[in-house]
Amino acid sequence: MPKITINGKEIEFQKGMTILQACDLADVEIPRFCYHEKLSIAGNCRMCLVEMEKSAKPVASCAMPAAEGMIIKTNTEFVEKARKGVMEFLLANHPLDCPVCDQGGECDLQDQSLYYGVDKSRFSENKRDVKDKYMGPLIKTQMTRCIHCTRCVRFATEVAGVPEIGAIGRGENMEITTYLENSMKSELSANVIDLCPVGALTSKPYAFEARPWELKKTESIDVMDAVGSNIRVDTYGWEVKRILPRINEDINEEWISDKTRYACDGLLKQRLDVPYIKKGNKLEKSNWDEAIKLISEKIKKLEPSEVAGHIGDMCSIETIYAFRRFFENLKSTNLEIREKKFFINPQEKLNYLFNSSIVGIEKSDLILLIGCNPRHEATMVNARIRKAFVKNKVPIYSIGNPGDLTYEYKIAGDRSEDIKNIFEEKNEISKILKKAKKPMVIIGESALETKSGGFIFEGFKEFLNNNGFINEKWNALNVLIQNASTVGGLDICSSFFEIQDNFSFFDKLENKKFKFLYLLGSDNLNIKKENEFIVYQGSHGDRGAEIADIILPGAAYTEQNGLFSNLEGRVQECRKASYPAGDAKEDWKILSLISEKIDNKKLFKSFEVLRNEAIKEIKNFSQINQLPDFKKSNSKKIQFSYTPEKIDIKKLDYYYSNSICRSSKTMSDCRLNNKSFLKDGTNN
Amino acid sequence: MSIKKIHSDQPKNFKFTDENLLVAEEILKKYPKTNKKSALMPFLYLAQKQNQNWIPLAAMKYIAKYLSIPYISVYEVATFYSMYNLSPVGKYFVQVCTTSPCLLRGADKIVKICKEKISPNESELSKDSNCSWVEVECLGACVNAPMMQINEDYYEDLNETNTIKIIDSIIKNKPLKPGSYRGRKNTSPEKLKNLIQEEKNA
Repeated sequence: MPKITINGKEIEFQKGMTILQACDLADVEIPRFCYHEKLSIAGNCRMCLVEMEKSAKPVASCAMPAAEGMIIKTNTEFVEKARKGVMEFLLANHPLDCPVCDQGGECDLQDQSLYYGVDKSRFSENKRDVKDKYMGPLIKTQMTRCIHCTRCVRFATEVAGVPEIGAIGRGENMEITTYLENSMKSELSANVIDLCPVGALTSKPYAFEARPWELKKTESIDVMDAVGSNIRVDTYGWEVKRILPRINEDINEEWISDKTRYACDGLLKQRLDVPYIKKGNKLEKSNWDEAIKLISEKIKKLEPSEVAGHIGDMCSIETIYAFRRFFENLKSTNLEIREKKFFINPQEKLNYLFNSSIVGIEKSDLILLIGCNPRHEATMVNARIRKAFVKNKVPIYSIGNPGDLTYEYKIAGDRSEDIKNIFEEKNEISKILKKAKKPMVIIGESALETKSGGFIFEGFKEFLNNNGFINEKWNALNVLIQNASTVGGLDICSSFFEIQDNFSFFDKLENKKFKFLYLLGSDNLNIKKENEFIVYQGSHGDRGAEIADIILPGAAYTEQNGLFSNLEGRVQECRKASYPAGDAKEDWKILSLISEKIDNKKLFKSFEVLRNEAIKEIKNFSQINQLPDFKKSNSKKIQFSYTPEKIDIKKLDYYYSNSICRSSKTMSDCRLNNKSFLKDGTNN
Repeated sequence: MSIKKIHSDQPKNFKFTDENLLVAEEILKKYPKTNKKSALMPFLYLAQKQNQNWIPLAAMKYIAKYLSIPYISVYEVATFYSMYNLSPVGKYFVQVCTTSPCLLRGADKIVKICKEKISPNESELSKDSNCSWVEVECLGACVNAPMMQINEDYYEDLNETNTIKIIDSIIKNKPLKPGSYRGRKNTSPEKLKNLIQEEKNA
């Protein structure tokens, strides 16, 4: 490997690295504004100037490729002077409004001017003033503070794939703006707030809420979708003030979706804080004793087959396990995790996972989307597909029309016949699939929801297996699950499933076989209520609570510890950052209380016992934060009926997909904003 | 020069005329097929010529779609270059050079005349919407300073009286001839008109 000398120390670096990256290797800090590892190099802030031997002028280390034998110095007076000069120019037009700036305390410019700048300003002329720009309901702008690093411009074009931000004008009059000040039409838009090194782009909902040093930070996991993005929850007292991404190269890199980031204000609204009991068509405030007594009396009167439970979209593995145990005690088998009737065969774990893994997308050389819209169903997965598209130019095909995915793809049909043709090798896709080395087939819930859902899934599994695409090194079979609780729930509740009669729960529900329905945080299940007695346990007064006869206030995902398995099967820990609202309790405790009332037995002694038992139930579990072990598929193909039909990709109401989002004002704003955009019939 | 303002009254549609479409296709041929966006600047110029010397937003959108590039890219370019006009200019568009050589030779007087005769502020249409003027940086005719450009013609070696005459002529819609107003041919030396000729003959 080539060697470079930095401050007298010789280190080895990889070919293709820049001087700045080599300095990072040598643990030499270089100040920077425009450079960002995940974005292209711009080299316009000039903060990273270093001294290079044999060069009369300082060089911008972020843009200069490192070469064998270079001698770099970063601690000389020459460099110090260069940095001071650059800093002075940057501050010439930057307002001194740190006390009223939301970036204060986490501002790159503030920190770096402290370490590398001059303490006084020689600039006595007028500072320039720039009008603030509108960038949508999430991004607040103070464009006078902008130092033109163009990180936001590069992020929008490269990562988000919505080239809508740009720099207009030139020289001193350069301004960053969206095209005609429209809002940014991306689900990743708010990441520009994190990227902005100064306070030019700040968070609108979080404006003037708190200072970063006042907040308690908890590292946690997101549950808005099944990707399991790594997040940091910042709380001030009881309130969740904001959610920021944590770096995890395997899942979300440095980004999170707007829903992950901004649904948190929903945690403060529409909360259930006391138990409610319906008395004469009206929900009345009650207390735990009364509610639990009523529930246990109801359950005792009924046959086990008349009791059913539905698990919602944001339940942790422990909660689901406790719920299963609760139902086992009742000897009822009516338990369901899905919200819609999409086909799943939970016998083997690879049947419902994103087996190629999110990192695998970058290695793939062919992506085939079957009835899914990853942009809305799993935003971070879509960002990865875009990355693969930009980086490797991977060809992408889709069955069904998902609309704008921020990258180019070819639509290879939109009917189940087209899929059948792939299996029978009548379609061109099957040839391309066979030729590929590492193909990916991503099957969405919309495809599995069709009448031939079982046929599509089993067909692909057989096709890929026969062509050697399902093995330990590469597994091309992917199911794109939408909800955070689904994968964990399928692990734990697989024994409750019947493969041939996949939708028995839904059939019984429609045929009114259940007299008692327990909704565990379940708001998206389509129920036509008649005479069922419905218990809703959850955190928000949403669709589930509306039809309930008894409401038990539970904790939201930021208020209880829990494990979540993401769509790859990676088990991650979601941590308690705050406390349940009012009288609300953690979910497993509520279940334990009811169980105690029914048969005088506690479900679990403590949370640790529950967690240990629950982990044992997770199939192919390897380690926390790791992908599950691979197990070869042994089951035989199950025959399913085939119906020729159109594969309709169901539109997900992205900003309204769960009870927390629906309670969030910010999400409503985004949804409205998005709708008005659709109504205008695209200015674009 | 501050950032260019987008005109408030924008036409809804823009399309290249049939002749200009042919020109556009000719322009596209100059660039590689994979880099159609290279044709952006000539396209903007073409649009400006077609639309009374200014580029409406509709034209930017039209060009963006034509070249399949994002709108913001077109917008960035259009706002960057000072020779693209983003709001209407007069039929006679006067550009007065005020860079140092012209200024030393009295460009400020020309500006003053423009202010009096055409409009009090630059980039503003005159009362009959026929003329507008703007201060520009060096137009590369320093030898003939001071000078101004009206549409595509240079009026050089000006003084106050000449300028008043020229401006009056365009207000009356009968423009005077372009060129030097001290009788010079191009940039030839003024007093030694026949110097080169004499030397040749010698």
